[in-house]
Amino acid sequence: MVSVSRNQVRRPTGGSGVGGDDSGCTILHVDMDAFFALVELRTRPELRGTPVIVGGGGSRGVVLSATYEARALGVHSAMPMSRARRLAPTATIITPHQSHYAEVSRAIMALFTSVTPFVEPLSLDEAFLDVSGSLRRLGAPRAIGEMIRARIHDEQGITCSVGVASTKFVAKLASTRAKPDGLMVVPADEVLAFLHPLPVGALWGVGDKTEEQLTRLGLRTVADLANTPVATLQRALGQAAGAHLHELAWGRDPRSVSAHVPDRSISAEHTFAADIDDAAIVHAQLLKLSDQVGTRLRGSGRQARSVHIKVRFADFSTITRSRTLRDSTDVTQELYTVARQLFDALGLQRARVRLVGVRADGLQESQGAAQQLLLGEPDHGRRDAEVAIDRLRARFGPDAVRAARLVDPEG
Amino acid sequence: MKIRVERDTLADAVAWAARTLPSRPSLPVLAGLVLTASADGLTLSSFDYEVSARVLISADVEEPGTTLVSGRLLADIARSLPGAPVTLASEGTRIVITCGRSSFTLPTLPVEDYPQLPAMPKSSGEITAALFAEAVAQVAIAAGRDDTLPTLTGIRMEIEGQAITLAATDRYRLAVRNFTWAPQSSSLSMAALIPARTLAETAKALVNADHVTLALAEAGEGLIGFEGNGRRTTTRLLDGEFPKYRSLLPSESSGIATVETSVLTDAVKRVALVAERNTPVRLAFEGSEVILRAGTGEDAQANEAVESSLDGDDIEIAFNPTYLLDGLAALDAPFVRLSFTQPTRPAVLTGAADASSEMRDDYRYLLMPVRLTG
Repeated sequence: MVSVSRNQVRRPTGGSGVGGDDSGCTILHVDMDAFFALVELRTRPELRGTPVIVGGGGSRGVVLSATYEARALGVHSAMPMSRARRLAPTATIITPHQSHYAEVSRAIMALFTSVTPFVEPLSLDEAFLDVSGSLRRLGAPRAIGEMIRARIHDEQGITCSVGVASTKFVAKLASTRAKPDGLMVVPADEVLAFLHPLPVGALWGVGDKTEEQLTRLGLRTVADLANTPVATLQRALGQAAGAHLHELAWGRDPRSVSAHVPDRSISAEHTFAADIDDAAIVHAQLLKLSDQVGTRLRGSGRQARSVHIKVRFADFSTITRSRTLRDSTDVTQELYTVARQLFDALGLQRARVRLVGVRADGLQESQGAAQQLLLGEPDHGRRDAEVAIDRLRARFGPDAVRAARLVDPEG
Repeated sequence: MKIRVERDTLADAVAWAARTLPSRPSLPVLAGLVLTASADGLTLSSFDYEVSARVLISADVEEPGTTLVSGRLLADIARSLPGAPVTLASEGTRIVITCGRSSFTLPTLPVEDYPQLPAMPKSSGEITAALFAEAVAQVAIAAGRDDTLPTLTGIRMEIEGQAITLAATDRYRLAVRNFTWAPQSSSLSMAALIPARTLAETAKALVNADHVTLALAEAGEGLIGFEGNGRRTTTRLLDGEFPKYRSLLPSESSGIATVETSVLTDAVKRVALVAERNTPVRLAFEGSEVILRAGTGEDAQANEAVESSLDGDDIEIAFNPTYLLDGLAALDAPFVRLSFTQPTRPAVLTGAADASSEMRDDYRYLLMPVRLTG
């Protein structure tokens, strides 16, 4: 078995005085440490203990994952690769192998479901587990957390961190605090002591903008939030968000671990190797992205109610546009038509585009969905053709069928 | 300018002319109404480069002249004035409106910046106003509202001598209405695609006239005008190819059901209460009744049986309840005939005066069903 170097595996020492009593803390948040990077290290053991960055190819890609040695140099996820290279010139750059990550992810999720049926995956490498029904079979929450950590380490050769608490968001905060390769229990009666010293930005759902608004009100810590009248927060942030944050600040989070939370949206985006001011090239890319989104929609048996595009310009300013469809669709052609209309409606005059994205939202099951037929529509339409293409690709590979305009005349 | 008009006459005229004012004008002057006092009386007009409206009312003109005032404000004021004669008088760059003991002073807009209204095309013929309003309303219901498919937001008007056909479709349904009119020339043969919303509002606003004069410009000008009761309006026509709708009308059917319209309407409304967004109402026609059902699986469900007479094969077919109700309302007939071929093919709704009488085929509402999967 591959061993992990000691500085990669820094065991927590109980963590900020929070420890002991795990009764009632039946929610676990399990998060892989530097997931893509550590998966890569399994096949490149000589790189352990060195800065390693996994990131998109070309000069324009972004950092997908980095080892803690690279993070120590200031590298973080979603940072442009060019910047990461400047910060960590000695780092080894590895191009991502999505299929490896998906494989490891499947194994991890399978392990989770052997612990409890109540698993809510948040992404490839993290999930909430509600272990309240597994206590008799597997022991106390802390023991279950340690067991999961040990098994992931032994079976997958990567490390993870586990937060154990009575609510989802505290469990998530705890796993972050335990990183890397640690476990932290926040006992029910120590939740407030744990939460209140944290900066407001630590709360789930507080992004840069909300944090800025709160800072303007002089609210810097979770304790500040907790001691602000809920009406004041609602005036600043809106009814729902204000009330929600106030609840969180008091450690109250009624959301349960729901075993099956389907993706709320499916998206794909592309950063051009060089900024593009040719609408035809952007259109072609929108078609490609629509195809990816459409294929995934059909593959997951769902339809989208709205189509969104994202355009990032050379100066990194980013805009999004969306349209709600009259009828849900999973047809690439329809996604593309809307995406292209949204793009054309921007009326760009040779603006330099860095990135475009297509997102399908408002997803619902196709199965059982009623389909409003159109007058004059042929019995077998575009959708049937695309389903046939999906099958061909499944059999002969992703390049078996492509839109004519996406065929590279050179290749 | 200085004039005196009846309060109700003014209020009606302002309401008519202000109807087409753009809510977000591309030029500030387009939010105004042009008031022109002349020997003929008072003319009010508005224009937003798409639609123009003009109305002439009788007025005591003391001093002729032209001025431009905020249409929205004038309409609000005219609607609220007490029942007494109204005086409008220019005072420099302002206009003073006096009625009884209330008076308003409004700033005016630069009338010289206002665009020229398009000329009314030559009259092509006359239609009974009530018939026109009914026919347009019946067809407009099926027009598209999606501005990304502009062609479908129009009503296609086809004129062949004394026959007019109106048609509109949003691809879910198609409404076609035929009626006769009195053309200037019996050999007239023309077609136009008119914005449905504008046509529907125009026809409704002209319903109190006896006749509506239709003025279709020569091909290429892209303009149509309507006139009745001293009120005129022109609108730009839509470009684009309207779908070849005649081929969509089924030439045969495998079954025809006859149901009392109001009974079916009420039943659809009831069962549709459980039909969530985008879920259909199913209708199973057999023998002497039709069973309506909505809701599936673990969701709320409803069903109701309605008396119906079926001539032909049994069929179960599902529709979007809103579209079905639109059609039933537009028929405006005591009985509805629904003719079918297959559950995935359009059904045709026509009206009938009673259960056994001939169907009226001057109005047809073609409705595309919903396919049930899974």
